[in-house]
Amino acid sequence: MQHTTLIPHLFRTEYRKIVSVLCRHFGLQQMEIAEDITSDTFLTAAETWPLKGIPQQPAAWLYHVAKNKTKNYLQRGLLFATKISPDIKNNSAEGYEEEIDLSPQNVNDSQLQMMFAVCHPAISREAQIGLSLRILCGFGIEEIADAFLTSKETVNKRLFRAKEKLKEEKINIELPPPAAMNERLEAVLIIIYLLFNEGYYSVSQNKTLRKDLCLEAMRLCTMLVENESTNKPAVNALLAPMCFHASRFDARISEHGEHILYEEQDAKLWNADLISKGGYFLNRAASGNELSKYHLEAGIAYWNTQKEDTKEKWANILYFYNRLLQIAYSPIAALNRTYALAKVNGKQAGIAAAEQLELTSNHFYFALLGELYTGVDAAKAKEYYEKALVLAKTEADKTAIRKKLDHL
Amino acid sequence: MEEFIVIMRLDILTKEAQPSPEQMQVYMQRYHDWVGGIAAQDKFVGGTGLSKEGKVLKFNDVMTDGPYAETKESIAGFITIRAKDLEEAVSLAKGCPILKGEGNTVEVRQIVTGHNKV
Repeated sequence: MQHTTLIPHLFRTEYRKIVSVLCRHFGLQQMEIAEDITSDTFLTAAETWPLKGIPQQPAAWLYHVAKNKTKNYLQRGLLFATKISPDIKNNSAEGYEEEIDLSPQNVNDSQLQMMFAVCHPAISREAQIGLSLRILCGFGIEEIADAFLTSKETVNKRLFRAKEKLKEEKINIELPPPAAMNERLEAVLIIIYLLFNEGYYSVSQNKTLRKDLCLEAMRLCTMLVENESTNKPAVNALLAPMCFHASRFDARISEHGEHILYEEQDAKLWNADLISKGGYFLNRAASGNELSKYHLEAGIAYWNTQKEDTKEKWANILYFYNRLLQIAYSPIAALNRTYALAKVNGKQAGIAAAEQLELTSNHFYFALLGELYTGVDAAKAKEYYEKALVLAKTEADKTAIRKKLDHL
Repeated sequence: MEEFIVIMRLDILTKEAQPSPEQMQVYMQRYHDWVGGIAAQDKFVGGTGLSKEGKVLKFNDVMTDGPYAETKESIAGFITIRAKDLEEAVSLAKGCPILKGEGNTVEVRQIVTGHNKV
């Protein structure tokens, strides 16, 4: 790999590890120092590698440099403490001899603890997402801005405020105590769920970035199932639908980068390995009595891996949506539930239920009515599809609706 | 939007009136279709099923095993819904599948607190 592609790659995989370990070392009060040392390490790599060549073990090289930079930083603090202001008893004198531990075990522990720190309920959800992308996923500021269709300045401001809040609230980098685990885990799962959905459904045109978001969400969730204290049914229940959905990554994008609708996808391109992984986690999620929102999403996602249009498939999907809506209403779940209802009880039943939803600012609502009226009343189908077209925001959605109109 | 409670009453005691497990599955599916339809309109607030076991406390320290001995209309469960008025609440409640069984009843009552009671 060339250094021009290797460094961004390593940034993604190693930044989060180094920064988590250093944050834990310095504490969140001095999070900026951890970030500065880590960024500085990558800067050194970018400057040195083109001249001296890529080291044999690039990641180990980065760890080594990060350790040295930390040592230098602490030494300066020590110098200040002993020579410049000898009266001040400074803690950094102890820190100097401490070795920065970048062993796989400590990297893993640090990242896990960081997950709980940045998803702390004391800070806003928006801040949690920003920090997660930056600190847990190693996304660059530009990538975060791109994923959320906002400017770099906005992202920087958001991250700055989030970090200030972490300090204000004096949040520690640690795993929550067992009694608080389920509640704190819930906040972490929400963020992982949002990251995945942002990647899977977002309006950002950057497809590589979107896929990376999904994979990062899955990686974070995998870390949680691999740790004994966080391996709870709801965590497995969240990992399952992510695997099921991710199985269609390759089938949903055409060679030319266009989005391919579910019905038109080639099921042979679905990743069987991910589908069976999803099944594995779904089974593990079934231990215990808990029936979370993620369990229901997993049930729906499972049936969506069955391409064949059977009565059984749709009856199950309808049942899971009925239950899901009772604990977590969302317009998209309401629309999908109605589609499933039409599949089970016929288009007339679907139309009657759809007309009660009155989601008149949502283009998917009109697209659904267009779909349900297709084959029942062509004039009405056309009318609804045209309404959907006016409201649709992305080019991909508009193209999909135009296709439906052409087929009427 | 106002909140209403929908109380479902049916005979949960008489042996002959009890559904088989297969019937029960069909009933539960119909029940969730109905509640799901309300929830899809974002008008479902909450709901709960009730155990068949219970005690009834009465005047003068009298306690009996459940209210059922005197009536075939035991409360089987209730849900709370949102609707703009009683009329809309009633139209949502009309879909309750237990109404397909003779003798069963569904009662719709607006929830009022001490503060907004007229």
